[in-house]
Amino acid sequence: MNNESRTRLIKKGAIWGFILFELVFFSVAGSYLSLSESAFMDLDNMLLLLKQSAPIGIIALGMTIIMINGNIDLSVGATYALAAIVMLDSMTWPVFAGFGDWVIPVSWILALMTGVALGAVNGLIVWKTGVDAFIVTLGAMLGYRGLVFMYNGEEPTSHLNWTLVDFAEAQFLGLHTATWFLLAVVGGLWFLMNRTVHGRNAYAIGDNREAAVNAGIRVGPHMMINFMLIGFLAALSAVVFYSESGSVNPNDGELFELWAITAVVLGGTKLTGGAGSIVSTLGGVIAIQLLRKGLGYIGAGTETVNLVIGLILIAVLFLDRQLNIKAKGELKV
Amino acid sequence: MSEQVSASVPALRLEAIVKTFPGVRALDGVSFDVMPGEVHALMGENGAGKSTLMKVLGGIHQPDSGRIIVSETPVKMSSPLEAKHKGIVFIHQELSLAKELTVAENIYLGELPRKRFGLVDWQALFDKTNTILQRLKVGFDARTRVGDLSIANQQMVEIARALTHEAKAVIFDEPTASLTDAEKTVLFEVIDDLKSHGVGIIYISHRMEEIFKITDRISVLRDGQYRGTLETAETTEEDITQLMIGRKLDLTRHASDHELGEVALEVKGLSCGSLYKDISFKVRAGEVVGFYGLVGAGRTEIAETLFGLRTPTGGCIVLEGQEVEISSPVDAINLGISLVPENRKEQGLVLGMNCRDNMTLPQVSDLTAGPFVSDGAEIAIFDHYYDKLEIKTPSWKQQAGNLSGGNQQKIVIGKWLSMHPKVLIVDEPTRGIDVGSKSEIHKLIRDLASQGYAVVVISSEMPEVLQVSDRIVAMYSGRIMREFTSEEVTEDSLIQAISGLGDNSGQAA
Repeated sequence: MNNESRTRLIKKGAIWGFILFELVFFSVAGSYLSLSESAFMDLDNMLLLLKQSAPIGIIALGMTIIMINGNIDLSVGATYALAAIVMLDSMTWPVFAGFGDWVIPVSWILALMTGVALGAVNGLIVWKTGVDAFIVTLGAMLGYRGLVFMYNGEEPTSHLNWTLVDFAEAQFLGLHTATWFLLAVVGGLWFLMNRTVHGRNAYAIGDNREAAVNAGIRVGPHMMINFMLIGFLAALSAVVFYSESGSVNPNDGELFELWAITAVVLGGTKLTGGAGSIVSTLGGVIAIQLLRKGLGYIGAGTETVNLVIGLILIAVLFLDRQLNIKAKGELKV
Repeated sequence: MSEQVSASVPALRLEAIVKTFPGVRALDGVSFDVMPGEVHALMGENGAGKSTLMKVLGGIHQPDSGRIIVSETPVKMSSPLEAKHKGIVFIHQELSLAKELTVAENIYLGELPRKRFGLVDWQALFDKTNTILQRLKVGFDARTRVGDLSIANQQMVEIARALTHEAKAVIFDEPTASLTDAEKTVLFEVIDDLKSHGVGIIYISHRMEEIFKITDRISVLRDGQYRGTLETAETTEEDITQLMIGRKLDLTRHASDHELGEVALEVKGLSCGSLYKDISFKVRAGEVVGFYGLVGAGRTEIAETLFGLRTPTGGCIVLEGQEVEISSPVDAINLGISLVPENRKEQGLVLGMNCRDNMTLPQVSDLTAGPFVSDGAEIAIFDHYYDKLEIKTPSWKQQAGNLSGGNQQKIVIGKWLSMHPKVLIVDEPTRGIDVGSKSEIHKLIRDLASQGYAVVVISSEMPEVLQVSDRIVAMYSGRIMREFTSEEVTEDSLIQAISGLGDNSGQAA
């Protein structure tokens, strides 16, 4: 095995190794420090962890394909909030009064379509103007958040539909509804990125846009599809989460974009595009959630959690760089 | 003058410099010296090792063995800044200036004069800069924003940079590539000024007329080896060419042994802004037409236009008798025009992808079973060209970035052959490829022609053009100077045509 393929293997396995380390660490540390009766690796605790990973996780998976494609989307948090409002509010619209519980799929579809539409706007602007995705979605982040506030001012938007809550809280084969959605998205996107033409071309564009253009690949439409997908996924994430909670504040979803990017980067996707893996992003999401839960378990506060995650993120990128310098003799610029 | 020079100590002396890269011996014992006040030309074909040598001198690469001696002191340099401090200064072909900063800041970049508390001493900075600028007799001052200057003046900024330090040796790399005649005159005056201050100058250029005008001696590299130094005053173009090409060229031109077909591609009066003008040529099925010229002569730009990457400003393209409009690579590919680009790694390959995926990149959308890419169809294509082109890789799963240059090029060629093009344009087919693979690629190009492809080969290497082409088009600064058949072409006439000599167009009188 040559140096480079060994490095690749290390990189692929790294996130799962890290998760294993966290599990062992918190189990051991927890037995001394925790005030709780139950063990850290308690099954219910782990199932809950997966469920709690779902909102950021679904978005992070979308962010993975955006970043593999060489773009970034900062507007996901605002899209998330807007889709949530559309879902909850639409269930109370008089037009749907006679629908009974059939209003649920209708409101879901409306929310998901909102996400797709907002993503399409981002994608179209990036494609047609050639302005960098960072700038376009930064603007969209502010703009979409503005829409959220225009909808209901500072007031929360609330609506509880008990059928929906039951569905969202259900457990099938032990896993929560949200977890099933998370896994379904992992599966779907894995197939998309590894088995379809779109996925293949997205990698190629992210790795070497010029070569992709020279191979006759139309870059714009692929980017547009990816932005629509992440819009859809941000909305899906909102739909899954707010089906249960039933109330959305206008500030909800803030910083989601940064948490999603953190998870993606922990999973080893390159910021510059062209390389990355859906499954590893799932690892990144779980690793972050484990860290939050674990630090809470041994009695650390939220502020400590953020500090630790921040440090780990930087450490990970530093290690990645060192590995690259060693394996490929990259320039130490 | 020559006595006075030989009496003194060389400004810069190279002793048996060796530098190897995996699979290539880029520099193989290069030795020569540059006297103070001498303009020393360094010549050689592309790939002869000039740029590697320059990188060694500039502290970017470390030599495997050999010594660099600046005024009697052996030096080791591990960075460009260190090279500068040791007295070796570069004027690069591609300027490396911060365009948003002022001239003065650029000149003293990294070494800005300071006052107390680390504040920049602007007054001293501008004064010092203006002193240098006056010496260069340029028409702008220290406070000008570099981005507002013409290319020639930006080059003057680079030269001014060289003057801030006690430069022992200044290296000019193709300095006139983007200069007008008037600007060249100014540059030559500056070089004269440097000479009179006792600076040793290495002057890299392909342009014979300049070499004869301003240099004192000429050293020639070939295949990484030092081939000798000539006194400019006592030498002729033929001598230089002889040294550069060396061996009486193996001109076993793979003469066409097959009938040529119909005209596949015809270009009539094609122009693109100032890049090239009034280009007309024909390529027949089964024919290889070579485009030869200096870097910047407009050859690549023509290829890019034919592939839909540039929009022509005039003229037309006729494909198999039909006038066509090509506004994107998608159009070009659909019409049957393929381009193997000049820069394999940046433009041709997705280095992080495996070989098979690279090869099927343009047609992967046709290789599907339902919504999914069909592995079988892809592997079938890869296997076919793997055998046909004799690609050496352990498996299709290998990342393209891990292959050798020759095999990477075969992947790119295979990619286009699998699209069954009518016209195949190959830009610099063997750049950065070792000698063995070179001849394989040449043979491949000839084979493709005999199978009926119309092939356009763009190359800066004369042996290559001579070997593979049925006809050769010589270009100079955006124009076709002459067209040769493989029977009538000679090296001299070719070199003259691409240097703008030997033609009455008045370009280089």
